Amino acid sequence: MSRYVLFRLGEALISVWGLLTIIFVAARLTGDPALLMLPIGSTEAQLAEFRHQMGFDRPLWEQYVTFLINAVQGDFGESLLHQRPAMEVVLERFPATLQLALTALVMGAVIGLVTGFVAALKRGTILELLAMTLALLGQATPIFWLGVVLILVFAVQLGWLPAGGYGTLAHLVLPAITLALFISASIARLLRSSMIEILKENYIRTAFAKGLIIRRIHMHHTARNALIPVVTMLGILAGELLSGAVVAETIYSWPGVGSLIILAVQSKDFPVVQAGVAIISLNFILINLVVDLTYGLLDPRIRIER
Amino acid sequence: MKRFLHHLVASRAGLFGAICVVLFVAVSIGAPILAPKDPLKINLADRLASPTLSLSTVGNYPLGTDQIGRDILSRIISGSRVTLIVAATAVLLGGAMGISLGLVAGYFGGWIERIIMRLADLQLSIPLLLFALIVIAVLGPSLVNLVIVLALTGWTRFARITRGEVLSLREREFVLSAKGAGAGHLRILFRHILPNVLTAAIVVATLELARVVILESALSFLGLGVQPPNASWGRMLADGREYVATAWWLSTFPGVAIVLIVLGVNLLGDWMRDFFDPKLSGVR
Repeated sequence: MSRYVLFRLGEALISVWGLLTIIFVAARLTGDPALLMLPIGSTEAQLAEFRHQMGFDRPLWEQYVTFLINAVQGDFGESLLHQRPAMEVVLERFPATLQLALTALVMGAVIGLVTGFVAALKRGTILELLAMTLALLGQATPIFWLGVVLILVFAVQLGWLPAGGYGTLAHLVLPAITLALFISASIARLLRSSMIEILKENYIRTAFAKGLIIRRIHMHHTARNALIPVVTMLGILAGELLSGAVVAETIYSWPGVGSLIILAVQSKDFPVVQAGVAIISLNFILINLVVDLTYGLLDPRIRIER
Repeated sequence: MKRFLHHLVASRAGLFGAICVVLFVAVSIGAPILAPKDPLKINLADRLASPTLSLSTVGNYPLGTDQIGRDILSRIISGSRVTLIVAATAVLLGGAMGISLGLVAGYFGGWIERIIMRLADLQLSIPLLLFALIVIAVLGPSLVNLVIVLALTGWTRFARITRGEVLSLREREFVLSAKGAGAGHLRILFRHILPNVLTAAIVVATLELARVVILESALSFLGLGVQPPNASWGRMLADGREYVATAWWLSTFPGVAIVLIVLGVNLLGDWMRDFFDPKLSGVR
């Protein structure tokens, strides 16, 4: 087991290194990061001074090493817009993103699990058809459109909830539901198909033949095993959730890291883009690490394969 | 082919998906003829006109007009072309890249395989939208950059599936006998292995298409994809957001268009996967 943990930790570290490398390479795609960071119309002298100041006139490998050393310490340079360390700006926004993502995850999991469970147990009924049509539609609906439609219905027409902003619990409801519905669709579809697979297994038939109470069979035998693929998918869902949060935050003017990144891209505040992408992706890597480790605990076969 | 069509008609979901996709392609090819009005023509007198279904008058807008009086139906039709071109090019590019890398990785194995698969893993450690954002932030938003970014985010899935297929094909008799007959690596890869990988690749391509359409419209929605005045569904939706209280049709119809296409492509892809190769069901 400890070998597996070490292996997975090493893999996560390589991912972090890869992430930082991608960020470094991306910044040099145009060849001259100074042009990217300074406002258009800066003089050649300003550019040259900036290049020297930022170390862009050094050899590339030296820049890379410096970048890595700084990045590991959370230093992505000064925000050009806010005139303070980019990481500081990003971290200030982070709790809001976390709050939104966690609420959405819990809501999405509950909605998705209930829908998938009902659909699998009520096969061939109108209930299954309804649940699966909704799930299919949910998967095809882009998050930004869902957001706009929910604003239209609940904020504009009914006036029940605020259309955007931050502060009270009411502000959290719409963005969280938008994200939750989006991920619940995949959860529901996956749980349904894995439940249906498991209901065909011999041990379920045996359980029925033994005359166990049906609810007990479903709770102890079916659901428990059907959940395993759902747990594995949590890693992928985390990616969708974090990407989705970027969009949802922008729609609902939620002051999180996502809306900060979009603003930074638009205003060419590159250090903030870098720091923001680094923080979100780091979370993604961490979540995947935790998911894999718990998964190894749940299912001993995984550990042995490694 | 006959069996294919027969099965397709028998599956209602697959048929619905196929119809959506065929309609989408037909509309985008015939866009200039099908669009009832000029999608770029500004008509301030008719701004924010609500949808009407009368067949007679000149000021007839079946889906209404936007904030500067452009016909929304025509813009959706013309936007379908942008969406199709961007998505298809991105999937083709990403597919070509992924399939070649997957072929090389699976066929040669060893360190080259490890490097390629490691790269795929690494790229997946950044959520796709963020990866796209950081590249767009540098290159600047434009149609070409959009295609490049979307292709870059899509190659990994192709590479994985291809590599898996090649691993099992590599030791098959027809490949071994081709090798015995003295065929070179390139010949074996392209004549013998590639054709057998294509079915799986087509299934992946269909599912990728849906993902790319959503990502493209999301980037355009954020103002980082297709640039105005070109009609793009994501962009139209973003523009309509400001008028959501007074003119719901601005943001509703482009959204419906996106949902229909993605739903159609997904249904067709799911069906194709089940038809061609049930063992691929772990693809998404």
